[in-house]
Amino acid sequence: MFHYTVHTSLDVVEEKISGVGKALADQRELYLGLLYPTEDYKVYGYVTNSKVKFVIVVDSSNTSLRDNEIRSMFRKLHNSFTDVMCNPFYNPGDPIQSKAFDSIVSTMMVQAC
Amino acid sequence: MEPHEEKPIIYTMENKPIVTSLYGSLTQQLPREPMEWRRTYGRAPKMIYLEANFVQFKEELLPKEGNKALLTFPFLHVYWTDCCDSEVYKASVKEDMQRWQAALRLHGSVDWIIAVVESDNKKKNKTNLLPRTSIVDKIRSDFCNKQSDRCVSLCEPLKESSRSQESWSSFLTKLRTLLLMSFTRNLGRFEDDMRTLREKRTEPGWSFCDYFMVQEELAFVFEMLQQFEDALVQYDELDALFTQYVLNFGAGDGANWLGSFCQPVRSWNGLLLRRPIDMEKRDLIQRGEASLLDLRSYLFSRQCTLLIFLQRPWEVTARALELLHNCVQELRLLEVCVREREFRHVCEACVNKKLKEALSSVEAFEKHYLELSHAAMEMYRAIGRLRSARLVGKSLAEFYMRKGDPQSAENFLLDSLKSYVSESWGLPLTHTRKQIAECQKRLQKMDEYLQTSALLASDTNLSDDERRHFCQEILTFATQTAEGKGQQKDARVALSMSSFTRLQELRFRPSSALVHVSAALQLELRLCSLMPVPVTLEQISASIHFTQEQPGSTAQKRAAQNPDGTVTFPAASPASGSASALELCEILEHSSSDNALSSAGVACRNMHLLMRRHDSSTSLDTPNTAPAVAMEDAAQMLRASDVTLLPGNNSIVFTAPSQKPGTYTLRQLCATLGRVQFILPHLYPVVQYEVYSQEPQLSIQPLTEHLLAGLPQQVKFTILTGHYSVKKGDALQLSNTDSMPVLHSSTCSARILSSSAELLAESALSIQSSEKVTSISLPVTPPYHTLEFLLEVLCHIPSCPARMESERLTNGQISRRSRTRFNSGMTLIDQKVSVDCPWSIYSTLVSLTFHVPFTIKHSLLSAGRRKFIQVCLRNVSDTNFRLTNQTLTENQHSPSLELCSLNTKTHSLVFRQQCVFSVWELRWSGVLPVSVHCEFSAAFAPADAPDAALKPYRYDFTLERVSTLYSVRAEIRPAEGEQQCCTGSLCRLEVSLTRLSEASDSDEEYSETDGLRSSRLLYEVMDNSSNWAVCGKSSGVVSMPVAAMATHKVHMEVMPLFAGHLLVPSIRVFKYQPRLTSPVIQPDTDSCLENDSLSLEDQAETASLRSRGSVQSLGSGESAQPRGPMPKRQAFGPGQVFSGTQGQQVLVLPAADLHLMEVNVT
Repeated sequence: MFHYTVHTSLDVVEEKISGVGKALADQRELYLGLLYPTEDYKVYGYVTNSKVKFVIVVDSSNTSLRDNEIRSMFRKLHNSFTDVMCNPFYNPGDPIQSKAFDSIVSTMMVQAC
Repeated sequence: MEPHEEKPIIYTMENKPIVTSLYGSLTQQLPREPMEWRRTYGRAPKMIYLEANFVQFKEELLPKEGNKALLTFPFLHVYWTDCCDSEVYKASVKEDMQRWQAALRLHGSVDWIIAVVESDNKKKNKTNLLPRTSIVDKIRSDFCNKQSDRCVSLCEPLKESSRSQESWSSFLTKLRTLLLMSFTRNLGRFEDDMRTLREKRTEPGWSFCDYFMVQEELAFVFEMLQQFEDALVQYDELDALFTQYVLNFGAGDGANWLGSFCQPVRSWNGLLLRRPIDMEKRDLIQRGEASLLDLRSYLFSRQCTLLIFLQRPWEVTARALELLHNCVQELRLLEVCVREREFRHVCEACVNKKLKEALSSVEAFEKHYLELSHAAMEMYRAIGRLRSARLVGKSLAEFYMRKGDPQSAENFLLDSLKSYVSESWGLPLTHTRKQIAECQKRLQKMDEYLQTSALLASDTNLSDDERRHFCQEILTFATQTAEGKGQQKDARVALSMSSFTRLQELRFRPSSALVHVSAALQLELRLCSLMPVPVTLEQISASIHFTQEQPGSTAQKRAAQNPDGTVTFPAASPASGSASALELCEILEHSSSDNALSSAGVACRNMHLLMRRHDSSTSLDTPNTAPAVAMEDAAQMLRASDVTLLPGNNSIVFTAPSQKPGTYTLRQLCATLGRVQFILPHLYPVVQYEVYSQEPQLSIQPLTEHLLAGLPQQVKFTILTGHYSVKKGDALQLSNTDSMPVLHSSTCSARILSSSAELLAESALSIQSSEKVTSISLPVTPPYHTLEFLLEVLCHIPSCPARMESERLTNGQISRRSRTRFNSGMTLIDQKVSVDCPWSIYSTLVSLTFHVPFTIKHSLLSAGRRKFIQVCLRNVSDTNFRLTNQTLTENQHSPSLELCSLNTKTHSLVFRQQCVFSVWELRWSGVLPVSVHCEFSAAFAPADAPDAALKPYRYDFTLERVSTLYSVRAEIRPAEGEQQCCTGSLCRLEVSLTRLSEASDSDEEYSETDGLRSSRLLYEVMDNSSNWAVCGKSSGVVSMPVAAMATHKVHMEVMPLFAGHLLVPSIRVFKYQPRLTSPVIQPDTDSCLENDSLSLEDQAETASLRSRGSVQSLGSGESAQPRGPMPKRQAFGPGQVFSGTQGQQVLVLPAADLHLMEVNVT
């Protein structure tokens, strides 16, 4: 159940966000890095300025995806998400049904495999 | 000798025991001062503190050729001597030194130093001996041919003198320098060798374990030199190299030496971080027998040791985590089968002993597992990772469930569920809820289980099969009769309806949601069943709260209801309550007395939802907080029985009770399914309908836009029966009036309509008329129906438009029954009808307004003495009429008068808003009477109804002062000697006034002079078109003798301003009264409408003349000057003055000269 993993990772995301606020670190850095690893997966986090959270779960045996790759994946995801939000017909909060967003996610998944 | 020596070794060679006493202070003082170590390969230089162990030199201890051991490597050789006697030196010491040097050379060791120790006692004893320097010099010349610094003298090292201190410190520096040089050289060589070895790793037969040992040696040395960072680098390099090999192996590129690591893991002793070096494991690695875990743990333990030396213990935990993941991955990659694999985050923190104990028995393991889980949860809570804590709790719950302890599991699950619900995580929510269902089933908590089942059955995240299963659980329970266990009969299970169905819409029929007492009102409830299978409900009911109708309390209308009678329920979001928006509505309150607006405002309708405390409130979705979904008892209910709800949208129709007037509010909704009841505790938004009771009403309305007087018109009687039921024999009594009789019609029938305007019946009306009353018998009509019928009435047009009449009503009241008004050119007649209704003792007074379709005007036309009467009939209605039989009669039937019709047509059409003119000539013999009373009559009928009966129209009028008194002629002639009139040249205007009749007018004023009666006339030249300029007087007063054919001529000069055929200026004549003798009687505008306009026009023209006079001609101002009491002039009646030259034209030629004359006349 990835959902559990992702859900739990929010703990770490929140921790990191509040930590960032305290330290007044580079707030433009949206990438949170490795949130926490489990036996089977590595969980990476990313939070937008409006506190929308993205989480990528990677098989921990997958060593081809280094930090930089994950970072660029998040950036791509964020860009696509922004496009979705810019759609005037999209109501924030609704499930995203954008095909463009879907294909971006799919290509990332294929690429990761 | 221990291989892991802590300090570099310095081999010493001495021949006197005195030197050994120096070792202690040497070892102590050597590391006192740092040395800068310049490194090869561009590594940054660092300051290091050197330490050393001094070991007695033995030749057999020197490393053999090919021995790579660095730890035991002699970095420096020191030859101590205290020989100060050159003889002794020559005899024995030199030889010994040579032997030592030879041994060193044999082993390729170039790092040596000779220390010559001088002592005072020796000096004292042998004072005659050679100076000590000679010995040092000798040694230098013998051995240090190029490196003179390899021989150092130590001056009384055990003394406190400054000399000895100085020599001691310089010796230490020398020693450090040489030691460092040796390190640099030897380590550099070692590293080169090691690199070479590493390059060979692709060759067959290369062994990682061997290489491991070599590089570890280097690490040991660095550690020995306190260079832990460098030591750690060595281990990290080894780690990376090994990891790469394993990955390559996983990718199919296997190396032979990896075979040993692939053996199955039989045992693993856990990590031991206490000892700096785990020799057992190291031996295993050295022998090439280590397993993967052995190697990993050894590597890790070394790394940890170094990290702790580096005082970076936090990295230990980070690396430990990495290690654990790595190990798991690598074990998988190497396809190592692991028999006992119990990794948990927490294990690393636990001491080996504890783990052993835990693995010793199931009970102990359980105990430890629980302990650790709780510890982890507490830790997570403490650091604020609540979600993680709940996840551990959930896994703990799974553990309990597997152990068969659902009681303990439940709370953990509910706790997790709460967080998933509040954050709306769909899939974890479903999964957890499923676990809860299982848990509750085992606990036999039927209420909660059913509630959870209902939620699951409606959960679209589950497969159809699963949903059906949970739905079936509910159905099975519902159909079970309450047998066994002594359950009470009324043991019904109340569940929340929100999981079962979703309300969509409620529709009222009729849509107004406002019905009269005992009328049919239906409610259609549209709901979406969330169940996966059709569910047959025994009953769906809605309880109703009834409030008695209060007059004036209908201020707050059903705001939630749309005008089309529907109430739309808001789509319940999964996280309802938290995200609900403000729902605002406007409130207008009218005061009960006069229905005026007393207050207006805005109210938030869901304030109770928004303002409540969120933490203490629990959502309905959570089954543990079973809401008080008890069905409340209500006196009245909406019921629908045996309803089958199909999955998806359904529609249920209720029939609403409406026995009493008042407001009915829907409160709860309850679906009954056997023992299970689904209850919606509050219907929101508020659904209300109203039942009213109504008084009967009668209204009479015209069928067309305007009722026309003089023609039969249809009016519509509408009776709203209200609560009154019309019984047989009930009749309407209409009081008759002469001016508006009710016409009987044989085809008069009444229509009975229901409240929803459906035609129910049609029945004939019987109308009976007596002299005073018309009685209309009404057909039997039930309450709250509408009775409609048409009645034809005729309103007579009064012959004199201004005549009013008052009549005595049947009930004895004197009242003006009809009233004539004038409005926008139309004559209106208000007719009041008094109706006695059977339901009331009072009469109903209904007012009807009739429009007279015509306006009429007459005028008197003259031609010399001949008189003509013109009647203009204007149709002001929107109907076209046929007009016949237009006759004009004289009322007094004077034999001398005769009216000859000049009209050729007897029938004519008068279109709407058009006029018809008719003309009669008035002929008379003898003297014409002063006034003539005439009556115009015609018959008319609507033009589009050819067979309609003609209705009469009459018009009375009186003509006065009919006969012509004066004739006026105006003539323009060119000036003397001119042939034609020219512009700019004066012409002559001759006005001749002629008295035609001797007969005098009654109100004519005469003056008697010389026995001759004469009257004074005022004449005026009127040139409306500004064609003429009057030179001199334009008006004047003449005295006319009252005699037939008396003529008066006036000459004036006028000048034409334009060329062409110009109208002769008209001459107006007035009666002239030089002084104001009596107040002027203004013409009565009320009584004489046709004269009115004439006199008004007259005055207006006078005024305009006055204003113009000053401009037009300066000399004409006599009458125009406002001076003293104004002379009064009075107009003649129409027809009294005849202008013989009206409309006559005069030809005016343009001026002969080309001078352009410009005259501005305004």
